[in-house]
Amino acid sequence: MGIEVLQYQFMQNAILAGLLAGITCAVIGVFVVTMHLSFIGVCIAHAAFAGALLGLWLGFNPLLGALLFSLVGAAVIGPMADRGELNPDTSIGIVFSLMLGLAFLFMGLMPGARGEALSLFWGSILTVTGQHLIFLAITTAVIVGLLVVFYKEIQAVICHRDVAVAVGIPATVVFYGLLFATGVTITASLQSIGGLLIYSLILNPAAAAYQLTYSLKRMLLIASVFGIISCWAGLAVSYVLDTPSGASIVITSSIIFGLATLFSPKRKVKQWRQVQPAG
Amino acid sequence: MDDTVIRIEDAAVSYREDVALRGVSLEVRRGEFVGIIGPNGAGKTTLLTVLNGLGKLVHGRAWVLGGSVNGRNTINLRKRIGYVAQVQNIDPRLPINVRETVMAGCYGRLGLFRRPKTSQWQAVDNVLQMVGIAHLARRPIGHLSGGEYQKAAIARALIQQPEIFLLDEPTASIDPQAQREIMSLVQLIHKEYDMTTLLVTHDLKQLPSICNRLLLMKEGWIWGQGSPASMLREEVLSELYGSPMSVTTETTLRYS
Repeated sequence: MGIEVLQYQFMQNAILAGLLAGITCAVIGVFVVTMHLSFIGVCIAHAAFAGALLGLWLGFNPLLGALLFSLVGAAVIGPMADRGELNPDTSIGIVFSLMLGLAFLFMGLMPGARGEALSLFWGSILTVTGQHLIFLAITTAVIVGLLVVFYKEIQAVICHRDVAVAVGIPATVVFYGLLFATGVTITASLQSIGGLLIYSLILNPAAAAYQLTYSLKRMLLIASVFGIISCWAGLAVSYVLDTPSGASIVITSSIIFGLATLFSPKRKVKQWRQVQPAG
Repeated sequence: MDDTVIRIEDAAVSYREDVALRGVSLEVRRGEFVGIIGPNGAGKTTLLTVLNGLGKLVHGRAWVLGGSVNGRNTINLRKRIGYVAQVQNIDPRLPINVRETVMAGCYGRLGLFRRPKTSQWQAVDNVLQMVGIAHLARRPIGHLSGGEYQKAAIARALIQQPEIFLLDEPTASIDPQAQREIMSLVQLIHKEYDMTTLLVTHDLKQLPSICNRLLLMKEGWIWGQGSPASMLREEVLSELYGSPMSVTTETTLRYS
């Protein structure tokens, strides 16, 4: 890849989108991974995807549809997981399949060519517009800002939500705030990464960082760096090999996760522990 | 002067079709140490959660430190109540260390938008020293043993500077040596700070020497209450637990 390609506006937009999406998705991913909310996150991602398709079908802004569906998804899934009317996996699984069903329904009802709808599946970081970049930049600023301001409350909720409630922290507000933030992040990154792939960019960098440190602050930093590397390296691979950008980004992030797991100091501790006598 | 810090009137709690607490009334005075015993499912944990607002009343009322629980003020009440739950399973990879976990105890009192000061970190180190796990301060919280974790939980509750201390089976699932250490620690805290303490436990051996009053619970009721000497008798315990119980010399001597 020649350096001259960086002169093009579309490439500059893509690099900036990679930076912003890499940071935001990774930060949200740290909460999702440490609080064991992976399935909830996948469900919200699919809700956003269904909402975007509804927007395309009915002719309003897909991002608005994605935002509405992901926020409603978070508002429905949170209490379902919390109240335990059903096993959380069961209730979230039902919402997940409903969202997927709605997505395909909206796509089926859509008249004419479905090129734009299909692009929401895998995204295209190379076609990110200025409007999307602004939305992504605002989302990144808000998420990082909230993290800085409410770091201690978030840390307490991650450590133990019931204990956080017991010491007088508004843990439920923090928890739902994190779910809504997940929805907004997914919406903001939908066009660049794609509805089916976005969740890997949330999960993989954070899961990789989880293997490498016992410090939450360091985990946030490492995950963000991994997120950015995933986006930029995936973008480069996509440009050079002419492969789909979303898929390239996700595969890069998966390779980073694999390497982090392989060289994880936590894994070495585990192995060392396994050879110790019990007791 | 009325020194009642806890008052519960006809409280009932249910989890769907299961009734966990049935018409429980209770008063606790400032500085009192109340032990709560009873078989599993008796409503002991639920009683504690009613006091810090984690358990929702379907009937009756509860007042703690002069304020009504389950009202708007509950979140402020919680900041004044130290709560130690049963040993939790913590992910060993969780990127949060013991010092940070203990500091979380004062986040409620500290309030939003404010960060802990150096003096508060120093206070955390002092409390860790007091409970005997200062050497574990930088260790990931998920790497602690059951006994160490409970000491960290007690330290977290202490840093909160509570006026009431609620302990829910702090010695469950831990070895006898750690059980003794934790019970001694609870006793020390009660004496040192004249802390109103409610302790749910199955550890009948240590109870007589540390509590003023014993509450016997069964099937959601307060089945009996009185001094440890009057409650820890073979016939009473056998009826409470529904199987023959024997009181050993060691136990008898402790409360004689």
